[in-house]
Amino acid sequence: MLRLEKRPAPSRAWTAATPVLAVVLTMIAGGIMFALLGKNPFEAIRIIFWDPLFHESFAAYSRPQLLVKAGPLILIAIGLALGFRAGVWNIGAEGQYIMGAIAGASFGLAFYPSESPLIFPGMIIAGALGGWAWSMIPAILKTRFRTNEILVSLLLVYVAEKFLASAAVGFLRNPEGSGFPGSRNLSRIDSMNNPELISGTGMHWGVVMAFIAVIAAYVLLNKHLLGYQIKLAGQAPRAARFAGVNPNRLIVLCMGVSGALAGLAGLFEVSGPAGQISIDFNVGYGFTAIIVAFLGRLHPIGILLAGLLMALTYIGGELAQLMLQIPAPAIQAFQGMLLFFLLAVDVLSTYRIRFKKEGVA
Amino acid sequence: MGIDPVTLIVALITVSTPVLLAAIGELVVEKTGVLNLGVEGMMITGAVMGFVVAVNTGSPTLGFLAGMASGMALSLIFGVLTQMLLSNQVATGLALTLFGLGLSALLGVGYPGSTPPPVSDPFPAAMAEIPVIGPILFGHSLIIYLSVLLVAAVWYVLGYTKVGLIIRAVGENHDAAHALGYKVIRIRLMAIMFGGACAGLGGAFLSVVRVQNWVDGMTAGAGWIALALVVFASWKPWRALLGAYLFGGVTALQLRLQAAGINIPVEILAMSPYVITIIVLVIMSSDKSRTALNAPAALGKVFHATG
Repeated sequence: MLRLEKRPAPSRAWTAATPVLAVVLTMIAGGIMFALLGKNPFEAIRIIFWDPLFHESFAAYSRPQLLVKAGPLILIAIGLALGFRAGVWNIGAEGQYIMGAIAGASFGLAFYPSESPLIFPGMIIAGALGGWAWSMIPAILKTRFRTNEILVSLLLVYVAEKFLASAAVGFLRNPEGSGFPGSRNLSRIDSMNNPELISGTGMHWGVVMAFIAVIAAYVLLNKHLLGYQIKLAGQAPRAARFAGVNPNRLIVLCMGVSGALAGLAGLFEVSGPAGQISIDFNVGYGFTAIIVAFLGRLHPIGILLAGLLMALTYIGGELAQLMLQIPAPAIQAFQGMLLFFLLAVDVLSTYRIRFKKEGVA
Repeated sequence: MGIDPVTLIVALITVSTPVLLAAIGELVVEKTGVLNLGVEGMMITGAVMGFVVAVNTGSPTLGFLAGMASGMALSLIFGVLTQMLLSNQVATGLALTLFGLGLSALLGVGYPGSTPPPVSDPFPAAMAEIPVIGPILFGHSLIIYLSVLLVAAVWYVLGYTKVGLIIRAVGENHDAAHALGYKVIRIRLMAIMFGGACAGLGGAFLSVVRVQNWVDGMTAGAGWIALALVVFASWKPWRALLGAYLFGGVTALQLRLQAAGINIPVEILAMSPYVITIIVLVIMSSDKSRTALNAPAALGKVFHATG
């Protein structure tokens, strides 16, 4: 009979090993899924994880995409992880991402056709504020009325999507777009463009910001009192209260930071890779970032690696779609599976598995 | 501008039923102290499986059963992870939703636009033609009557039977229940599977009866609204029914206002069900005594038997 015995402290070795184990298990289960779809599983896994980086003809296009896709994932996940550590569950990053993009784009387009160099910095600030403001709704409802932040932040994603639709066909619609939905193409307007900074790398301002966020979060969590309070509040809420941590302040802070970072990610996406506000410019980074945060063990460096890996599955997924006609949603299921396996093998880091006979207590 | 109150009421009952089914299942799950945030994922998988099976076999009943079975299967993953491998319930529920959304889109490739078999109504057509009460009381498919019966059954079982007492004991204090010899994990697993079956049935009803089509992401947050309804209902079955019909009323009304071309932007109308759900949540949770008294005390906590 298998029994679980709680470890006095989580095993460090297993904490580092479980994400790798989860990825391997996901590859196996994903391979089975691809086989059921009638595709060669080994080829599919190779196309997803290997070809985007090393294929002689595709890699030149795919490699830069790695940073383009990892940037927003990392940026959002860093913010979410702070909250998850403190026991603040912001799962509405997708909505904050949309609102940040709309706020930033609106700021820029309001000054069209000005060429002032201050426009892009202004858009960045507006984007962060847009995401922050949207995340303050669940935060304040939580601190004032104890309303569940999980449900409110998630429901606000649907509200944001409807708002996006109204922006794309209404107040942000390109007046010269002959009636088609969608805003002016920001990436083609010099003062609003978020360009590729180093040609051929995919590096844009959002990626730079993601790296800064990783470093800042690392310093915050390891060297700063606030980081300690975040960790304490998550692990021992009662002890945190006795230590003078104000839970409401922490909620507003964690929600605000994650909202602002998600808003930034949205702004950088809409002014760069996506190019314009359209009804469906958002592709679910806000939700995938939840997987990234957990896969990275809520640790900044881990999130950096997890973001790159998850970006790889996006690019590899597109490649697999092209080469093997694997339907696009298969990749989404694949990513979901990864989170399952991660949560399943997590038991190894907090519990020890013992084999023993069931006796009379 | 004509909005006929009778057709509105008929529509609201149809619109609310998927949410009601999911909510009543989740209510039982939460009563045992487990928070399953995967309702959306189970619903959408139920929707696609129900639709695919109904289209291929020509039998809506088999479709409903397939929806239930797939919801149950997904919920079992959640159950094993949270109950046996002691994973975090919030994270696992989210994983279930993310996985379900991907899986359903994958299973539904090629099905949008197919026509599901018609569902026959249990009452003779003549009864549904009685003015006013006919369409409201007798004009629905069987699942709608079942959903109301289910609410009654859950209300009775939770409140007046030994099984209900055990469920509540497990949800209030799992350590005490364990000490009394109740199999906490087994009871929770069964409740989780019941919740999965209900959510799956709700999804299948949505695709086979209400929309009669399969569209990616067609649940559009219905699973999350079901979760909100459980809080709204303060874990009381009849209040879940009330909340679901209230929500259905808002949705049905805004759809009709959209169609009637009233002078409110379509997007504002489309937002309204979500916004109203949030407002109702706020009102319910701001009343400190009520939510605190009714929420199962062990909700969301990990149970690990040491003895």
